[in-house]
Amino acid sequence: MCFHVCYYKYSEDLIECTNIVKSFDELLVLDHVSATFEDGKVNMIIGQSGSGKTVLLKSLLGIHTIDSGRIEYDGRNLPEMKENEVRMLHREVGVLFQGSALFDSLTVMENVLFPLQMFSHMTLDEMTERARFCLNRVQIAEHALALMPSEISGGMQKRVAIARAIALNPKYLFCDEPNSGLDPQTSLVIDKLIQDITREYNICTVVNTHDMNSIMEVGDNIIFLKNGIKEWQGSRQDIFHVDNEALNNFVFASELYKEIQQVHK
Amino acid sequence: MIKHFGEYWLLMARVFRWPDRPRMFWQQYSRELEKQGLQSLPIVIIISLFIGAILTIQAKINTENPLLPTYTVGLLTRETLLLEFSSTILCLILAGKVGSNIASEIGTMRITEQIDAMEIMGVNSANYLILPKILAFMTMMPLLVILSTTIGLIGGWAVGAFTDIITVADYLVGIQYAFNPYFVWYGIIKSLFFAFVITSLSAYYGYSTHGGALEVGKSSTNAVVNSSIIILLLDLVLSRLLL
Repeated sequence: MCFHVCYYKYSEDLIECTNIVKSFDELLVLDHVSATFEDGKVNMIIGQSGSGKTVLLKSLLGIHTIDSGRIEYDGRNLPEMKENEVRMLHREVGVLFQGSALFDSLTVMENVLFPLQMFSHMTLDEMTERARFCLNRVQIAEHALALMPSEISGGMQKRVAIARAIALNPKYLFCDEPNSGLDPQTSLVIDKLIQDITREYNICTVVNTHDMNSIMEVGDNIIFLKNGIKEWQGSRQDIFHVDNEALNNFVFASELYKEIQQVHK
Repeated sequence: MIKHFGEYWLLMARVFRWPDRPRMFWQQYSRELEKQGLQSLPIVIIISLFIGAILTIQAKINTENPLLPTYTVGLLTRETLLLEFSSTILCLILAGKVGSNIASEIGTMRITEQIDAMEIMGVNSANYLILPKILAFMTMMPLLVILSTTIGLIGGWAVGAFTDIITVADYLVGIQYAFNPYFVWYGIIKSLFFAFVITSLSAYYGYSTHGGALEVGKSSTNAVVNSSIIILLLDLVLSRLLL
C-alpha cells in the first residue's frame, strides 16, 4: 500500500479568522485579531511571550472558546459547530504540542498507531506499515520503536509527535513552539521537517514561535502579535523592511539581527 | 459546590457513551482490571488478614462473660467483616490507593496536554480514559470484597490456631452460626456504589486539573478526601435502605 501519494488539494486560504476576541475573566488576551492561514505554506504566529500566540493557536483549535469572531475552516465556522462536527473537524487536524504530549503509557510505535487504530479502517498490518512509514519519514530509527517516550530525547519526542500528527494525512497541522527546549541544530532539523511535510502534502501548517531562526528559516506567511493585537502580517522577505517599531524591536532584539539590519540599510 | 456537581454530571454524560472503537475500549478495560484489581490484591490480603485477627482478639476481650456463648467471637468477627469492613472500610482504603492513582494519572495527562492531544484527534477522551476505569473497578470490587471477607475470616482462624485466646472449634461454630446470605449481597451492592464513587470522582478531579505538579497533588488529595466523605454518607443511606 502506498501512502505517500495521498495528496490533498483544497481551495486557497484554508483557515480564515475574523475579529477574534478572547478574554480570561477581565483580561483581554486577543483583541479583534483577523488573519488568513494558507495551504502549502508554513504560517507563523510570532510575538513575545504573553502576546497571545498560544491562546490564538488554541482558539483556532477550539481548545479555548472565543468570546466573539469567526474561525472558518474551508468556510466552516468553528464556533458555530456542534460537538460532533468539531470532533469530525479535529480528525482533519494534526497537532504538535509544545511538550510533545506523547502518551506516556504507550511506546513510540503505539503512539503513532493510536490515531490509526481510533479512526482508520485499515487492517493491523496496514496500520503498522503506515506507522512505520510516518516514523521513517521523521527519521526515527527502528530500534527506537519499542521505547517509551520517557526513554527518548526531546528532539526524538518532537519527531515522534510529528509522525503521530501526520499519521492520518491531516489537512491542517498546528505546531505550538516546536523548538522549545531543543538545541539549535535539532531545532533546524524540526523546522525543515515541518517545512518539507507542509510542501509534500500541501498542508495548511500553523506554527507558533518566538524563535527568529525558525522564522527566517521556514516562515512563509508571518503574523506578528503584540499584546493580543495583530500588528503585522507578511512574508519573511518583508520582515526586515517593515516600519513597525514593535516588530523591529522583536526582530532585531539580538546583535546578530541588528548587524543584518545594518547590512540591509 | 454546585459548580462541581454540575461539571461532574456533565463529565459523566461524556463518559457514558458508546466507545468510538469497542476493541480499543476492551483493551483499556483489561489493562484497568489488572491495574486496579490485581494490583490491589496484596494490600487487600494484608489488611484483611490483620483486621480479621484483630477483630477476633477484640471480640474476645469484649465478650468475656460466662453468660455469652463461646461461639460469639466468631459470629461477631464474621458479621463485622461482612457488614462493614470488607465493603466500606476496604473501599475507604482503596479510595486512597486507586483514587489517588486515577486522579494523578489523569491530572498529569491533563497538564502535559495529552488529553488535549486526544481531543484534537477527535477522540472523546473522557469516554476513552474514564469509562474503562469505572467499569473495571466495578467489576473487580465485588471480587475484592468476597476475597477480603474470606481472608479476614482466615485471620480470625489464625488467632485460634496459633494462640490460646479462642479455640478453633468455637471460632468455626461462630462463623457458621445463623448465617444470613443476604449480608453478602448487602456488602457487594454497597461496594458497587462505592467503586463508582471512587473511580468517577477521582477521574473528575484529575480531568479538571489545571496548572502544574502542585495542582495534580491537590486533585489527588481532593479525590481521596471527597470520595471518603461520599462513601461514608452513602454507607449511611444504603444501610438504612438495604437493612
